[in-house]
Amino acid sequence: MANLKSVQDGIVNSQIWKSIFRVGIPNTNRKRVLAVLGSLILHLHPVKVRRSGVRMSYTWCMGGTSFFLFLVETVTGLLLMFYYRPTIEYAFTDIMDLREQAPFGIMREMHRWGAHAMVIAVWLHMFRVFMTGSYKPPREFNWNVGVILLVLTLLLSFTGYLLPWDQLAIWAITVGSNMARASPGAGTEGPMSSLLKLGDVPLIHSGDDARFALIAGKSIGAATLLRFYVLHCVVIPLAAGFLMAIHFWRVRKDGGISGPL
Amino acid sequence: MDFIKNFVNVLSVASISFVLLSAIFGFILYFNLFDGKLKSKSGYAFLGFGIVLILAGLFARPLLYLGIAYLLIMFVLANLGGRLWDKKVGLWLLIFGAAGFGLSMLDPNFNLIAAKPDNVPIAAMIFLLGFFTWLALRKAYLNDKQIEAGGIPWEKTESDEKLFTWPDLVYTELLCMILLTIVMIVWSIGLRAPLEEAANPTSSPNPAKAPWYFLGLQEMLVYFDPWLAGVVLPTLIIVGLMAIPYIDTNPRGNGYYSFRERKWEIGIFLYGFLVLWSFLIITGTFLRGPNWNFYGPYEYWDPNKLEPLVNINLSELVWVKLMAMPLPKLWFIREAPGLILVLLYVALPPLLAAGPFRRFYLKMGAPRYYVGAMLFLIMMSLPIKMVLRWLFNLKYIVNIQEIFFNI
Repeated sequence: MANLKSVQDGIVNSQIWKSIFRVGIPNTNRKRVLAVLGSLILHLHPVKVRRSGVRMSYTWCMGGTSFFLFLVETVTGLLLMFYYRPTIEYAFTDIMDLREQAPFGIMREMHRWGAHAMVIAVWLHMFRVFMTGSYKPPREFNWNVGVILLVLTLLLSFTGYLLPWDQLAIWAITVGSNMARASPGAGTEGPMSSLLKLGDVPLIHSGDDARFALIAGKSIGAATLLRFYVLHCVVIPLAAGFLMAIHFWRVRKDGGISGPL
Repeated sequence: MDFIKNFVNVLSVASISFVLLSAIFGFILYFNLFDGKLKSKSGYAFLGFGIVLILAGLFARPLLYLGIAYLLIMFVLANLGGRLWDKKVGLWLLIFGAAGFGLSMLDPNFNLIAAKPDNVPIAAMIFLLGFFTWLALRKAYLNDKQIEAGGIPWEKTESDEKLFTWPDLVYTELLCMILLTIVMIVWSIGLRAPLEEAANPTSSPNPAKAPWYFLGLQEMLVYFDPWLAGVVLPTLIIVGLMAIPYIDTNPRGNGYYSFRERKWEIGIFLYGFLVLWSFLIITGTFLRGPNWNFYGPYEYWDPNKLEPLVNINLSELVWVKLMAMPLPKLWFIREAPGLILVLLYVALPPLLAAGPFRRFYLKMGAPRYYVGAMLFLIMMSLPIKMVLRWLFNLKYIVNIQEIFFNI
């Protein structure tokens, strides 16, 4: 044990260690404060938190779980991007290769199950926040940011659903996107759309309606795949990341992790 | 065994299971959260409805099953009362649920659907939802008791005490992350992600299903046209969720679990989230097979199953059946009965504001009251339309095919 202690001391007192961790082992209250304040990652937290806010039975840890799963999706998604080309020729075969050829390949599995788990985690997080009344003033705005994040989570999962380009993918997206055809005033089969016309020329037709805008064509094809890929990998994650920053910031500014006010 | 399976198959038909689920929702609110007694006005009303179901069951077998399940669950919940929130009772419920699910997995038809890779998370979600609903209501019940006895909610006893983020919070988070990582790795190794044959736009699978979290919307298509089920209602769900903090002005119950201090908000939210949204997703995932026909959990998904389509429109019901005359040619005369009904429905908030809901109107103020009431009415239009479909085979209340405007 004495040896282990001296090894530990050696590491902790080395110039390398000290250059990375500014505070050292946080074994005094002063160091505990500095450890949280001095770290980019940890300073998302306040220095001190309510006792009730630390209890798992109160928070269910679902907000943290959602965020963690978002990070899992980011990492596994980046790895998948090395293997995947979003074109009709390659999309399916790339996934096939990934499945059959990549040794110990569980990244696609983890990405898919992580996505399902994230949707459930976000719902449960919303459920907990509602049940504790944590949307009440001053947290109204943050609840709204949360609702948008929930929608973005669903859209992330929806756009990702198409990418394997198998039967499951295109038909799920077909069913999902067919609904856009019925947008009132904006889809070919939507109520009131047929009233919008110039003389005999209809303004809303299958070549310019809401569904066309969603899937970039009259039917699901190469353009849809590319569009969903860019939305899935770039646009929505960036938007979600930005809103998450606001979400976490507002948790702090609105009085910390929810508890009785 | 076959009898039990048949019993469950009959009970899970959407019209039966929805009524049962709504009833259980009412039982839990009344008997378990409000400590209501069976020997009271409401208790007798519950009992009376059950007896009506049994009597109606003499003519229709499914209603008999519904009545039996209804009364059984009612007696159990009424007897349990507040004890439903005991940890021991919760554990037994979990064991029963898990055992029922485990035994069901032995059935080949059930197994085929429940073990589909993409359905595994939804099966897990059923248990998670059940567990967390129980947990939240247990905490709410305990806090309610404490507040009633003149105390303060449990969270308040701890909220002034502050802990250092390091180590208390950081370690909890670390443990959660490690646990989640293990779960994700085991899950990913144990269950392969589904991959069917390459996309083929010319051959559509039957049933063609949306991703599971949108199956609630796809299930709504049974009752509403796509412009409502797929566009307007989802938009209003999002708008409604965002409006919650601005409509709900009740200052109590901020930051701690409670039920009695916020019975309306929680009642409406739980009804929408559990009885409508989750119920529809679970039905759409596990109980809808080829041609979007209904299949019980132990039923084989027979693609040739025929379900007679005998749905009729309100206009046909009124003009043809009731008044025995042909449908009027002009659409606004033909659809007048439906349009009047819809207008009356929309006119409910001002009518109620003058009458029984005066209290809410004065407390909330006009804008909050009207927005809240409209959102609530639109939410309730779904169960109303569902029940109308089951009772009268009603397809459309308003059917203006000329401009795709169908309600």
